[in-house]
Amino acid sequence: MTTPRQTTLHDTHVAAGARMVDFAGWSMPIHYGSQLEEHHAVRRDAGMFDVSHMTVVDVAGPGARAYLRRLLANDVDKLRTPGRALYSCMLNADGGVLDDLIVYRREEGYRVVVNAATRDKDLAWMQEVAAAHQGLSVTEREDLDMIAVQGPGARQRILPLLPGALQGPAAELTPFHAMESGDWFVACTGYTGEDGFEVILPAGETRAFWSALSGAGVRPVGLGARDTLRLEAGMNLYGTDMDETTTPLESALGWTVALEPADRDFIGRAALERQKAEGVPRRLVGLVLEGRGVLRGHMKVLAGEAGEGETTSGSFSPTLGASIALARLPAGAGERVQVEIRGKAVPARVVRPPFARNGQPVVDIPA
Amino acid sequence: MSNVPSDLKYAKSHEWVRQESDGSLTVGISEHAQELLGDLVFVETPEAGTTLEAGSACAVVESVKAASDVYAPVSGEVTAVNEQLGDSPELVNSDPYGEGWLFRVKPADSGELAGLMDAEAYKAHLEAEG
Repeated sequence: MTTPRQTTLHDTHVAAGARMVDFAGWSMPIHYGSQLEEHHAVRRDAGMFDVSHMTVVDVAGPGARAYLRRLLANDVDKLRTPGRALYSCMLNADGGVLDDLIVYRREEGYRVVVNAATRDKDLAWMQEVAAAHQGLSVTEREDLDMIAVQGPGARQRILPLLPGALQGPAAELTPFHAMESGDWFVACTGYTGEDGFEVILPAGETRAFWSALSGAGVRPVGLGARDTLRLEAGMNLYGTDMDETTTPLESALGWTVALEPADRDFIGRAALERQKAEGVPRRLVGLVLEGRGVLRGHMKVLAGEAGEGETTSGSFSPTLGASIALARLPAGAGERVQVEIRGKAVPARVVRPPFARNGQPVVDIPA
Repeated sequence: MSNVPSDLKYAKSHEWVRQESDGSLTVGISEHAQELLGDLVFVETPEAGTTLEAGSACAVVESVKAASDVYAPVSGEVTAVNEQLGDSPELVNSDPYGEGWLFRVKPADSGELAGLMDAEAYKAHLEAEG
């Protein structure tokens, strides 16, 4: 086993009392004492995540647009102006999800942020597809770090700490918009369902920025709370809720697949059209547990005559005070299902995620 | 090193046992165990009247992260369970040796208690586990 890589902030995390774990080949903080308190900090005020393990890839050159329109299931032509962001899946020819990502349109070219766990596979695939395109550069930016600052109090705390040129305009950033100045890139995106920013910045400035955020009352948050926050927000985790064996249509991501215009031949298109015509056999849905227990991934779900499905990720939801999950169920499953927890069938209700947004539950909580 | 009260007995799987004046045994999980688990969100205790066999899984403690089995440190009949944990599983975190107790057993064989570790042996066990 190789030694896990360390982010710029590794020693800072350790000094703050973080419990470090190996995640996707990186040594990352799972929590800094209490995952629950970190979760609530983001829902109620402001928390920050070191997400420097994520992979930033710049796509530039006159061929960039045509390349991304071939590579991605969503259409970068929706990005009408520089400074706009789009969530998309990258598919294989069978329509299976290779990764999910965010692509930003810049003044010149595009910036793509993909997952850490899929870095090698993604870069190889992106280069392979790039080989068929002209006038294109695909460049990983290992010189940059990334910090996410999320929560209702995130915006007011982060603004004074940004480079001067960004302070004023960043105050006006709305979701899925971004701006940059020098090597600082600020986007109103995130993985929590709260207001906040993701900041991509030069590695040499990361420690000072993190420390300033901490001084402004922003609490460090580990990967543990990152997972419960994204689950409450109804956001898929790649490799857990979807992978190469599932299509976006089976992953509640049909809305991210741009089938119009019909002449855009993106990779995976034919397979998705075929699946759509034949009928999507499985759906990814939300579950709220109504009986006692805690939902986890890989639990069997009994959906009556529709058949059986499986939870893909589950947890106790700190915001709801109940247990929630994402589950892949056979088409035709009704609103009432049962989940097998240690041999017992426990009732659960099918809901449409998200479970929580902007600090509040958005589904009915069992009494 | 986490708190290991000297008046309790311990199992390798991190349960503690306290002998009560009526001869019954109270069972919980150690401070070290709750630290490893993190914030508890659900506790499933055995029902009163259940007969436990030493070493068998008899309760479940779940944190936000994961579920973990609790093993019966001794054999016997469950005489009481901590009903408070239904609404307040976090008591196991905040007071593992007090309000966070899990259940009480009427032991079937008093010799089993003597076979458990004392505080010194359990501390050595924690150090060995690193």
